[in-house]
Amino acid sequence: MKLSQQQNCNTRRNNSFRTTGPLDSSVDSAFKPLASFFWVVLHGLCCLISLVLGFRFSRLIFFLLFSTNTTSTTNHYTVPALLRTTSDATQTLTLQTPPVLITDTPSNRTNPATTSSRVVVGRHGILIRPWPHPNPIEVMKAHRIIERVQREQRLQYGVKNPRPLIIVTPTYIRTFQTLHLTGLMHSLMLVPYDLTWIVVEAGGTTKETAALLEKSGLRTIHIGFEERMPITWEARHRMETRMRLRALRVVREQRLDGIVMFADDGNTHSMELFDEIQSVKWIGALSVGILAHSGNSDESSSLLQKQEDEENLPLPVQGPACNSSGQLVGWHTFNSLPYVEKSATYIDDRAIVLPRKLEWAGFVLNSKLVWKDIEDKPEWVKDLDKLVADEEDLDSPLSLLEDTSVVEPLGNCGRKILLWWLRVEARADSKFPPGLVFFFSNSFSVVYILLPCYLYFFVLYILLPLSDTGYDQRYYMFFLFPWHFLVVISFYLHLMSDDLPECIHMAYS
Amino acid sequence: MKVPIWVFVVVAVLATAFVLRIGAEELDQSHQTERIAGSAGDVLEDDPVGRLKVFVYELPSKYNKKILQKDPRCLTHMFAAEIFMHWFLLSSPVRTLNPEEADWFYTPVYTTCDLTPNGLPLPFKSPRMMRSAIQLISSNWPFWNRTEGADHFFVVPHDFGACFHYQEEKAIERGILPLLQRATLVQTFGQRNHVCLNEGSITIPPYAPPQKMQAHLIPPDTPRSIFVYFRGLFYDVGNDPEGGYYARGARASVWENFKNNPLFDISTEHPTTYYEDMQRAVFCLCPLGWAPWSPRLVEGVIFGCIPVIIADDIVLPFADAIPWEEIGVFVAEKDVPKLDTILTSIPPEVVLRKQRLLANPSMKQAMLFPQPAQPGDAFHQILNGLARKLPRDKSIHLKPGEKILNWTAGPVGDLKPW
Repeated sequence: MKLSQQQNCNTRRNNSFRTTGPLDSSVDSAFKPLASFFWVVLHGLCCLISLVLGFRFSRLIFFLLFSTNTTSTTNHYTVPALLRTTSDATQTLTLQTPPVLITDTPSNRTNPATTSSRVVVGRHGILIRPWPHPNPIEVMKAHRIIERVQREQRLQYGVKNPRPLIIVTPTYIRTFQTLHLTGLMHSLMLVPYDLTWIVVEAGGTTKETAALLEKSGLRTIHIGFEERMPITWEARHRMETRMRLRALRVVREQRLDGIVMFADDGNTHSMELFDEIQSVKWIGALSVGILAHSGNSDESSSLLQKQEDEENLPLPVQGPACNSSGQLVGWHTFNSLPYVEKSATYIDDRAIVLPRKLEWAGFVLNSKLVWKDIEDKPEWVKDLDKLVADEEDLDSPLSLLEDTSVVEPLGNCGRKILLWWLRVEARADSKFPPGLVFFFSNSFSVVYILLPCYLYFFVLYILLPLSDTGYDQRYYMFFLFPWHFLVVISFYLHLMSDDLPECIHMAYS
Repeated sequence: MKVPIWVFVVVAVLATAFVLRIGAEELDQSHQTERIAGSAGDVLEDDPVGRLKVFVYELPSKYNKKILQKDPRCLTHMFAAEIFMHWFLLSSPVRTLNPEEADWFYTPVYTTCDLTPNGLPLPFKSPRMMRSAIQLISSNWPFWNRTEGADHFFVVPHDFGACFHYQEEKAIERGILPLLQRATLVQTFGQRNHVCLNEGSITIPPYAPPQKMQAHLIPPDTPRSIFVYFRGLFYDVGNDPEGGYYARGARASVWENFKNNPLFDISTEHPTTYYEDMQRAVFCLCPLGWAPWSPRLVEGVIFGCIPVIIADDIVLPFADAIPWEEIGVFVAEKDVPKLDTILTSIPPEVVLRKQRLLANPSMKQAMLFPQPAQPGDAFHQILNGLARKLPRDKSIHLKPGEKILNWTAGPVGDLKPW
């Protein structure tokens, strides 16, 4: 029925075209080009309007003009925003315009035998509310619902009795310390379990590090280590081990309970790591992805890159190796042979930094292993004091054990990489002092552009007219327009420098 | 009478044990699932064996096997329930080979298996096929004429059920096939006060492949971070370019109102992680399309995503066994512009309760058609529904010579033999 009606309209339109043509020709031959010109102009105008609107509005017009059977059901057809703004050309962004009412003609083909149904077949309007944008109060409500759902999920499927964590971090003051520690601090602030952060600082405790730790709001134990950090990587690795043992001594003295995790400040930790280590009983091993820093692109490293691409080496991983039944049979370690000549010796070298055979970061311990005198201490663990006194080179927590087969492989038997090892330090010629201070804030730099402009306008419009010097129009043309342009640009920069608030849902995913 | 002290002690111990047990029960309730009881009671786990007997007619293979051989895609599309129901009944303990003792009669005719190259079923020959099948059973067995089909059931999972057309206007014009007026129809289409839904029909979910969904399960502790999720068409550009016909304008309304809303993850893409994303969403939209039902309901139930049903007057599967108002959220089509207000004003406890109901394994089982059949699945729910209609009164048996059905009703094209 709809189709036939529209066909009627079309034929009517065609008829009108056909009737006016011969009519005009019969009246006056002079009027004919005028009339046809008029129709061409009207047709062109209709085409243009349709182009702007995006649909053929002629059907709409004819529907409005010629529809006879209007039923009682009226559907609101709020015209899309495009039509509104073009119709209200004078008003720029009026969104309170009332919706255009178009009566709809639902087909009356519903079977008269059925009872009256709310649902009718036929064309329905598309309901759009006048302000189709999110309401911030509702967004907050939605986030509260999501948070409640996630909390319930964690209660049901997550870790049942979470144990507190003890994080051991060796650090020292240097250019990139803020960078690394801030990243680690943010990771630890997101951990949903109780935690104690033991930070051992080489060269004694400093105010900068203490200020940084203060910002975290976590429970921290800041310990100073008397020696300064050496400048070679070899010596640094050894010193970091000694710093970690110092931290373990604190755990032992204060009898801190929980799971000890070694988080170096250069490393990156995923949040699933903290859930995974809750399942450790005595000592666990994780897979660590090694991001061997390849330095700058000089010849040596580019050659290495090509070699790597040819061999298609995947990410090197250190961690437990299991057999098919899930038992620990060995260890994956880092193969440093290809890199030996090109590795960095000094901390600020521009070359690859190699990890040790097995990094401390890949191990987690139950803190009871380092306690003195507990009842159910396993036999296979050595006493910490004895180890330190013997001054052996402990290159990994495995030296704490008599028997390495008791290590529990975590992360789906080492198949899942939950943390990445990386050592990045600033170059020797880095200009930043130890402890980076941010001098330039967001809009501060823009003031450098705005300030001279304000000064300039002050001079031009206030000082100069007040003074007696005659300034003429040439000065206006010379200086005014470029500076105006600059002012406008800096004004917009100033506006854009206020960052939009971060999407809140990033925090949940 | 002096009551010895040990009586008091025993009573006190029993009382505390009782109280603790109640506490434990309440604690249990706050745990993962909740029992489901619909209007017919707690019937999801009923066993139909022994409550009814079904006789399966032996039709020539041109009605079933040959059609399937011509196009094996019929086993994986969403109308595959008719084929699997046949296979299930052939080997089920409710089947009887003696038609005299049967309560229900099943005719295995695959009417939804004539597919286009794209995989959509063409319903044009289905009325003739059904008619021919009924003519066959009425001439070879006396049971059809005995009741004119009142104790027979047919599975018609197509868009509008036994109206056998994909366009709603044409389907309403045709109405239910006149010969099936007295039979019980097992169909996916359900809408109240609609020609194509008879009183007493059983609505079933569309077929969704169970193994494919099981293969995409993710660990349940993955946090649900998407608020509302939907993937599908909003405008059917091929058949309804200007909008307004498709989904009665509801899907277009959803798009226009919420395309800029970060809480709504809606688009027309076909991601490979569709099932995984549903498991990370709290609400999944199930709006109507050309027909009110969709497999999204089944997928939402399996993946624990609360279905938001936008279809006026829809009748959901197994509506008497499953209390859908408590499990899903119903939004009227005229309220779609206020969808975000409606969804955010649901209290979190209600959301958690709905998730608990959805987590009930018998709920998930009832939506699936697994091969081989398992207790509590959709096949058994259909049989339960049929069993709930028994016992019948004798009035369905016709007196000799009485005729109710008009064998020549319907469009002329239907009367041609198949």
